[in-house]
Amino acid sequence: MSLLTQYAFLIVPIVKVAVLILIVLTVDAYLTWIERKVVAHIQSRWGPHRVGPHGLLQPLADGVKFIFKEDPLPANVDKVAYFLAPFLALMLALTSLAVIPFGPDIPVLGHRLTLSVADVNISLLVLFSITALAVYGVALAGWASNNKYSLLGGLRSSAQMISYELALTLSVVGVLLVAGSFSLREIIEHQANGHLGLLGWNIFGFTKDGVGFTQIIGFFCFYIAAIAETNRVPFDLPEAESELVAGFHTEYASMKFAMFFIAEYTSMITISCLATILFFGGWLSPFPASWTLTHYVPSLLLIPLGLWVIFDGLRYENIFGRIVLPGVGVVLAAIGAGLIVFPAVNDAIQGVFWFLTKVFTFLFIYVWMRGTLPRFRYDQLMSFGWKFLLPVSIANVVLTSAVVLWRMH
Amino acid sequence: MTGALVIFFALAALAVVGSVSLILQREPIHSALSLIVVMVALAGLYLLMGAEFVAAVQIIVYGGAIMVLFVFVIMLLNAGEEERTNFSKLATFAGIPLALAVTGFIAAAIAHSSASLPAPEPSGALTSTKTLSMLLFSDFVYPFELTSFLILVAILGAIVLAQREN
Repeated sequence: MSLLTQYAFLIVPIVKVAVLILIVLTVDAYLTWIERKVVAHIQSRWGPHRVGPHGLLQPLADGVKFIFKEDPLPANVDKVAYFLAPFLALMLALTSLAVIPFGPDIPVLGHRLTLSVADVNISLLVLFSITALAVYGVALAGWASNNKYSLLGGLRSSAQMISYELALTLSVVGVLLVAGSFSLREIIEHQANGHLGLLGWNIFGFTKDGVGFTQIIGFFCFYIAAIAETNRVPFDLPEAESELVAGFHTEYASMKFAMFFIAEYTSMITISCLATILFFGGWLSPFPASWTLTHYVPSLLLIPLGLWVIFDGLRYENIFGRIVLPGVGVVLAAIGAGLIVFPAVNDAIQGVFWFLTKVFTFLFIYVWMRGTLPRFRYDQLMSFGWKFLLPVSIANVVLTSAVVLWRMH
Repeated sequence: MTGALVIFFALAALAVVGSVSLILQREPIHSALSLIVVMVALAGLYLLMGAEFVAAVQIIVYGGAIMVLFVFVIMLLNAGEEERTNFSKLATFAGIPLALAVTGFIAAAIAHSSASLPAPEPSGALTSTKTLSMLLFSDFVYPFELTSFLILVAILGAIVLAQREN
């Protein structure tokens, strides 16, 4: 036991990393399912529905497929860069999650458990430095594949990421000026204004004395630039199928392709977390702190969801769905009921619940946009980034500094 | 302390290996990748000294922006393998002894003064970024603005050069 406490500073982060990676990879897998389902319903299709109830086992099947696929090595590739690229992409995408605080400190067995792997005071800068390096995965993959479509995809992506990184970084400066800190934790705590609830978030920006300066311009710049950084629709030019086949990952198959895929979805999660933290109050509840009844919102959502899943499973056609779905439903409903029975646990999970709710909202918006918007043309993308987004985010910095200065005097 | 020392030597070794590989690689893109490794290792060393802001900026600016530009140019030019020329006589007879002499001098200087050199104090971790920005915008505001002006001139120059052809 003494050995365990002695090396706790080493063991606790390792356990956190393992748990986080497990959760994130599962969420990634089910994000593909959500994406296919939502896009399918936007386009009046069913989406995956053969493997398991509602196609819920589709991600598992995809995973198995990726592992057992042949992994051919194209002729004359640059071997070092070719193998390095997917590892780099995945590693950087997963590393960036380390500094994200997923909730306030939770008391566990008398200790305070910090819900982030590394609680550093320059976490935002760390995130941006990892984003800055993430270009290499894509650029190297495109260059190493010895394929002109890949090369063009890689070049486009590098140019796009460099261009939008400026707007991304500048759009956050407003939040930094208001909060006065690089620490994501402190940025969230700055947005907590007891009786104001969601009005205290940076997107509305009301402070305790009732006046505020909204960061809504900063948020729009941030979100547009972030979508471009993650190479998603409508900025997914690096993999424009009609022009570039599959862009930078044309020559990648099997798990190496899957690694790019996981990296893309992981960076979507990171960006959604970041948008939540910087502009939407992170783990803060949207309701004023005095409304204690709102602590039952998680239960109120979980119990009906569980009951619906049970009901849905019972009328499912095959025996598998009839067992799995009610099982999942019972677990969900039981968690919901358990939260009402144990108020201490309920209080502890409030932060995490609101954080995850907001993050999944942003992830849904990602998918929603993919089902809705057409792709930009390359020159439109560049002129939009440099001639519109960058000036607007600089204007936001100037405006916010003026307001901060005015408030100081 | 030993932990910090182990990390220091690991990062230092990484930086040295990266620099050597930067020179020895024949593919330009491998050289660029080696340089990125050096930049990241240097950032780690800064972090070890408690200069987090400098470390992060090192990665964002040098590891990210500047090296991306390098890689970008290499990819655009599709630069092939370097050709090796024979060592010039000047390099063999003057360069190598000179390099050894300089290394020896530096090593001797460091060995001589190690007792009097103050160890880098980890600056107040919580305030270092704030302190740095306060200093930049109060005591060092003129050098800072001058540097910004220089960079602006460089940007304008680049635009003028790029537009001359039209």
